Amino acid sequence: MTEKAVNSRQIIDVRGVWKRFGDTQVLKGIDLTIAKSEVTCIIGPSGSGKSTLLRCIAFLEEYSEGEIYIEGELLGFSLEEGRRRRVSDAEVARVRRNVGFVFQQFNLWPHMTALENVAMPLKLARGMAREDAGRRARAMLEKVGLSARAEAYPSQLSGGQQQRVGIARALAMEPHIMLFDEPTSALDPELVGEVLQVMRDLAAEGMTMAVVTHEMGFAAQVADKVVFIDHGVIAAAGSPDQVFRREQNPRLRQFLQNYFERNVFWQNPDETAAEEAPAP
Amino acid sequence: MTFNPAILTDNWREILDGMALTILIWVVGTALGLVIGLVVAVAQLLTNRWVSAPLTLYVAVMRGTPFLIQLFVIYYGGPFFGLDLTPLVAGVAGLALYGGAYFSEIFRAGFLSVPHGQIEAARMMGISRLDIVRHVQLPQMLVIILPALANMTVLLSKETAVLSVITVNELTSVVQSIGSTTFAFAETLLFLALVYWAFLEIVTAAARRLEKRVGRFMLRGQG
Repeated sequence: MTEKAVNSRQIIDVRGVWKRFGDTQVLKGIDLTIAKSEVTCIIGPSGSGKSTLLRCIAFLEEYSEGEIYIEGELLGFSLEEGRRRRVSDAEVARVRRNVGFVFQQFNLWPHMTALENVAMPLKLARGMAREDAGRRARAMLEKVGLSARAEAYPSQLSGGQQQRVGIARALAMEPHIMLFDEPTSALDPELVGEVLQVMRDLAAEGMTMAVVTHEMGFAAQVADKVVFIDHGVIAAAGSPDQVFRREQNPRLRQFLQNYFERNVFWQNPDETAAEEAPAP
Repeated sequence: MTFNPAILTDNWREILDGMALTILIWVVGTALGLVIGLVVAVAQLLTNRWVSAPLTLYVAVMRGTPFLIQLFVIYYGGPFFGLDLTPLVAGVAGLALYGGAYFSEIFRAGFLSVPHGQIEAARMMGISRLDIVRHVQLPQMLVIILPALANMTVLLSKETAVLSVITVNELTSVVQSIGSTTFAFAETLLFLALVYWAFLEIVTAAARRLEKRVGRFMLRGQG
């Protein structure tokens, strides 16, 4: 697999990645490339390894084996005579400087306003002057529709608003790729839409995105590529049409079947009545 | 035997000197102890075990042995190691090292109280580890650890009395010598108790005000 040429359009190149936690194999040889402006949705049952894969791509987890390249640069390790060595934290930070990450739990800093949450990293990590950082932070909050809430603290914002601040914070660093780790899983159902809308807008602007999600509708409408992970391997991958309609992998069909059944809440009233009728 | 508080007013000048010295030892010792505690806790958090293991040993020794013995070792044992300190310097250094060990444990608990996800978010933004401590962890944990810091500060105010054993003329030694020369034990001991109690009230009031200031973001309405 290493003979694959590094394509300049490839932002992410995952080659034969394994991840172990103790004796547990979470990822078992993942190969995945993400090209510029592509939206990749990663789906799969919980515990399948999809979040772990995303966290490995961000180097929030050290992968145990294989290689991950970000815009052609090996992430987290250096190869010396075929052996890999962990590089310094500063070097990790340099290679992933163009990777934005959005967390399931938002992970905003609660002692800072929405504006400060977005502006602080610009000052500390990019050395921007106070006014410039503030200006860009305001522009980013406007982009996610939150300019009116700039002075609010996270505890004063709804979950959907907090996640939009999280997105604005990541966008402010001008990333080349945005990674979303179940960005709507911690939200009340009626707040999911506003976050997905921001993500749709981003995709329409040509942002490269990898999204771990349970929102099949979003995946079907927005993704260029859908990847189904099961038990630590990519069990199916392709266009939404291919994965959702044509792919015959039994584990995938079962997963989608469960998903659709969970989301059917309206049945024929006669059937429901018949089911609920007390036994004679 | 009658209760005669005039004993104290008769000797007001010596008592005032003793109190000034006690406050000096307490304030300087606590301030240095806070610095030591913070540096030790940050070093344990950010460095490898070759640095953190000796620091853990230091904390264990200071917490595991009586302050009285530590003072003896520093003041009377110091000269054997080329450390010839005046009683006051030895006493303040001892108090700082003793308090620093406890403060470091309080800071360490504070660092652990900030959710890991917030630190991951900061690292993803490329913020350095030291900046994360300063801008993400410290401001949030201060609200949580303030009561514990205040508590230790009060304890240290009472430990200053131990410095009398290495001939520092702080408040307790001054007042006790007045008591033993005039046999007015009740008056002097009651007075001492009231002074240390006053220290407690001052620290508690200051901590309450500080808590309100630092904790503003937490008092805002939830959701």
